[in-house]
Amino acid sequence: MSAVITPAAPAAVPAARSRGYWASVGVRVMRDPVFWVAASVVLALLAMAVFGPWIAPADPQASSMLSRLKPIGTEGHPLGTDELGRDLLSRLIVGARLSLFMGITPVILAFVIGSAIGILAGYAGGFVNTSIMRTIDVFYAFPSVLLAIALSGALGAGIGNALLSLTIVFIPPIARVAESVTTQVRNRDYVEAARASGAGAFTIVRVHVLGNVLGPIFVYATSLIAVSMILASGLSFLGLGVKPPEPEWGLMLNTLRTAIYVQPWVAALPGVMIFITSIAFNLLSDSLRAAMDNK
Amino acid sequence: MLAYLLRRVLYTLPIMAGVALVCFALVHLAPGDPLVAILPPDASEDLQNQLRTLYGFDRSLPEQFVSWVWRALQGDLGTSIASNRPVTTEVMTAVVNTLRLAVVATLIGFFFGCLFGFVAGYFRNSWVDRGASLLSVLGVSVPHYWLGMVLVIIFAAQLNWLPATGAGPGGSGDWVWNWEHVKHMLLPAITMSVIPMGIVARTVRALVAEILAQEFVVGLRAKGLTHFGVFRHVVKNAAPTALAVMGLQLGYLLGGSILIETVFAWPGTGFLLNSAIFQRDLPLLQGTILVLAMFFVVLNVVVDIVQSLLDPRIARS
Repeated sequence: MSAVITPAAPAAVPAARSRGYWASVGVRVMRDPVFWVAASVVLALLAMAVFGPWIAPADPQASSMLSRLKPIGTEGHPLGTDELGRDLLSRLIVGARLSLFMGITPVILAFVIGSAIGILAGYAGGFVNTSIMRTIDVFYAFPSVLLAIALSGALGAGIGNALLSLTIVFIPPIARVAESVTTQVRNRDYVEAARASGAGAFTIVRVHVLGNVLGPIFVYATSLIAVSMILASGLSFLGLGVKPPEPEWGLMLNTLRTAIYVQPWVAALPGVMIFITSIAFNLLSDSLRAAMDNK
Repeated sequence: MLAYLLRRVLYTLPIMAGVALVCFALVHLAPGDPLVAILPPDASEDLQNQLRTLYGFDRSLPEQFVSWVWRALQGDLGTSIASNRPVTTEVMTAVVNTLRLAVVATLIGFFFGCLFGFVAGYFRNSWVDRGASLLSVLGVSVPHYWLGMVLVIIFAAQLNWLPATGAGPGGSGDWVWNWEHVKHMLLPAITMSVIPMGIVARTVRALVAEILAQEFVVGLRAKGLTHFGVFRHVVKNAAPTALAVMGLQLGYLLGGSILIETVFAWPGTGFLLNSAIFQRDLPLLQGTILVLAMFFVVLNVVVDIVQSLLDPRIARS
């Protein structure tokens, strides 16, 4: 029995660097067929939003009293016309820009503001945490649809007010997620080690907290986009968001509502666009979450 | 246990105060003079001041807030600017209508959500599971106001089976549980039930899968328990969470019914809120939101308490 235990010889050639967390999440996501379908739909919608005015076959604002409420399949108007004789296909395509803008902007704003509030609360702890999180709890006491409608109802119709109220609606849930993840990260050993080695609060937050916290918040925020799309269009549907004659799906649904006895299927089309968008974002965020959970 | 319940109830008091503050702030967030809606454009300075005193808008904000809360506690939410009727009466009639619709919708959603969720969780990764999961994704993704429109198109405009709008011959006040009334409720209730159905199905699926993976289930099976016997245990373990989700969904539906009520002209709180917004009837807006939000807060507490009674582990953690 030899007294010397020889340590295992180090591998002569260092093994290929193992994949980092995000790279492996990426690989898992790429293997998910649902992700590809959802991502292609989202990309197509974004392309419509960017290039809409050039793709649209007709002028979305050109009305004609002679060709009002034509059915689907009319010559020159493949998806029919609306109550003012405007080409519906063109309006649906051009409407992507404003509809997606109204749905996505509040989530981005709330992501920035909510993360900042949540990280501050989570990192500071103590009294700061309590006072921030109890204020957030008050906003949590309102069902989101009610809060959105109450705020934009009080502020009045308009794009800016609708964006403002939706942002306020989404800040509390994002801040809650940010706070709980930050609180977990704050107590990790590596944060302790960084503090012991003299790193200031700002450096710790920038290097250690942000790097670990933004991912989960981002995935959570993507799941809010579907809700936000439905809510934003809902506000326009009630007459609280975008004002006519701008093409926006919720508003189009509102103005076409009176036509359900004349051209029912034409009237339902803008809702199909909202539905498709919201399904695509829901599937996208489900597949991202599944890839991240799978540790 | 008692300490937990007491703590949970006491904790809602500051939340309620905060909710009242937000509702109060809403009116003062609104641009313009709240009296503009009722005053003729050429109203004299005198008349303006009279009305301002009548509605209390001439006092300082903290003063207004305190007196508003004080009167709200006694059940007085002020007078509607548009209809000149007490806000409390208007809101209560509407709340009853909304509650009736929301409860029916929640029950429908809960039943089908549990059904799909259980089947999907039991037969994980089978085609039944994929179908049920797809249905629940569709349920949470559908813009419900659009679904309402589509149902009206199919069942009212095309087939002519069911009425498109309204709450039946009784109007907003007199509801009777007969076919003449219930047929008005079917479409809005089905529309409304889709959201809780999707969410309940998702939750129950995850719960069932999680419970089935636990060791005690293997133990039960090894003991020779029948499928039905195991099923009973799964239901017992999933029930507290599923019921809690259902309770919260009822609250969300109460607050979120405005879009569906607008589509179906259902005389509930959503309809009231809608008219309050467009007539700029701020006391009515404030009162309706306050009642709905308070209801939601109370419901949250009740759900927590029921859940902790069903599953004592929650109170201990």
